Amino acid sequence: MKHLIDPTDLSLEEIDEILTLAEDIIADPAAYSEVAKGKKLATLFYEPSTRTRLSFEAAMIDLGGSVIGFSSAQNSSASKGESVADTARIVEKYADIIAMRHPKEGAPLVAAMNVNIPVINAGDGGHLHPTQTLTDLLTIREEAGRLNHLTIGFCGDLKFGRTVHSLIKQLSRYSGIHFVLISPQELRVPDYIKDEILVKNHAEFEEVEDMETVLGKLDILYMTRVQRERFFNEADYIRLKDTYILTEEKLKLALKDLKILHPLPRVNEIAVEVDKDPRALYFKQAEYGKFVRMALMMKLLGLKKPETAPEGETTAC
Amino acid sequence: MLKVDAIDRGIVLDHIKAGHGMQVYHYLHLDELDCPVAVLQKVKSTKMGTKDIIKISDRIDVDLDVLGYLDPNITVSIIEDGHTVEKKKVELPEKIVNVAKCRNPRCITSTEQGLDHIFRLSDRENRIYRCIYCDAKAEKDSF
Repeated sequence: MKHLIDPTDLSLEEIDEILTLAEDIIADPAAYSEVAKGKKLATLFYEPSTRTRLSFEAAMIDLGGSVIGFSSAQNSSASKGESVADTARIVEKYADIIAMRHPKEGAPLVAAMNVNIPVINAGDGGHLHPTQTLTDLLTIREEAGRLNHLTIGFCGDLKFGRTVHSLIKQLSRYSGIHFVLISPQELRVPDYIKDEILVKNHAEFEEVEDMETVLGKLDILYMTRVQRERFFNEADYIRLKDTYILTEEKLKLALKDLKILHPLPRVNEIAVEVDKDPRALYFKQAEYGKFVRMALMMKLLGLKKPETAPEGETTAC
Repeated sequence: MLKVDAIDRGIVLDHIKAGHGMQVYHYLHLDELDCPVAVLQKVKSTKMGTKDIIKISDRIDVDLDVLGYLDPNITVSIIEDGHTVEKKKVELPEKIVNVAKCRNPRCITSTEQGLDHIFRLSDRENRIYRCIYCDAKAEKDSF
């Protein structure tokens, strides 16, 4: 059974297939509107989410399937103490595919180890978020035209930012990527990302604290939110939350064709005035998220685009 | 000099890094055995300077994965009638199950009942193991 727990569960060829399929869906969504007819997606969200859950649900509905699930732990048997493994075993009886978000790292893997339907990790604590990674890859490929030979700046909370960890893990598999890691000392990328991913893959990277000095060389700027929910200590959160704020003034230092990405939600790390800048792509990025999830679910469920009838041939009514 | 008799039948764990004998003793749960067990610490060694040795006076199934995880340089000799009849090779295991515990409070193993604590070898050169659930590094207990 194929699951998506870690972004590296997919080979580069499989990622390419998913991104190409997503591009085909964008070009002709009507052709896919009944592909998943009769299929059910279970969204098991133990943590609040807007984009990820709704984009999964919209993706399945747009494929002609339906959706069941819950949107918080309080609305599930988890509030009665049911284990993740047991919940997954039950849901397997009702659904064809699971998308799970959980505050504990590794929870979707536990689900995957206990069921025979595909499980998608929709974010596990501060660990990984592979479908956001696919979204980011599709955005970069669509907007920058390539996934290699790019200088990419990651800015903000690089310690707890699961989207950052997942994307670095994935991009380090492509050639010619130069990573610029912009964060305060306390929120630097964990050592294992540096030692076992960047160093191991011979990726070029640098760590800096000042955004302005590096803005001018970036092809992509990936902004992140400092996440209150990841801190055990509120005082640390308050001290660090406003370290980087991207403004139009700062963007004067950036390349004209910079692409600004953000996994959202944003708090105040990108000033609202930046939204009007053509380089701001984060809302478009959220839209790509639905298409890439459609393609991913098709792939995991083994669904194919229906054959179109050859020209001149009439189909039976 | 302190003298410990040779064993007639059993297992000798040799070339343990000096000071780590008790760690090996606890990880292998040798305290639960009924037979005599000797832990020799800081024994002179031409190769290592000093080393620890453990002598177990019975044939037991030694978990080679545990030894490999702790230190792949440890040697295991099986003794019969006072002679070494077999030497077992210790290697870095690809995976260890319920040998180390994940200490990341954010890991699912901290709350989910009955989950095996599984670590995979992620860096052979530096002998680093990581939790399969959360990627936290395995920390070896010292005793």
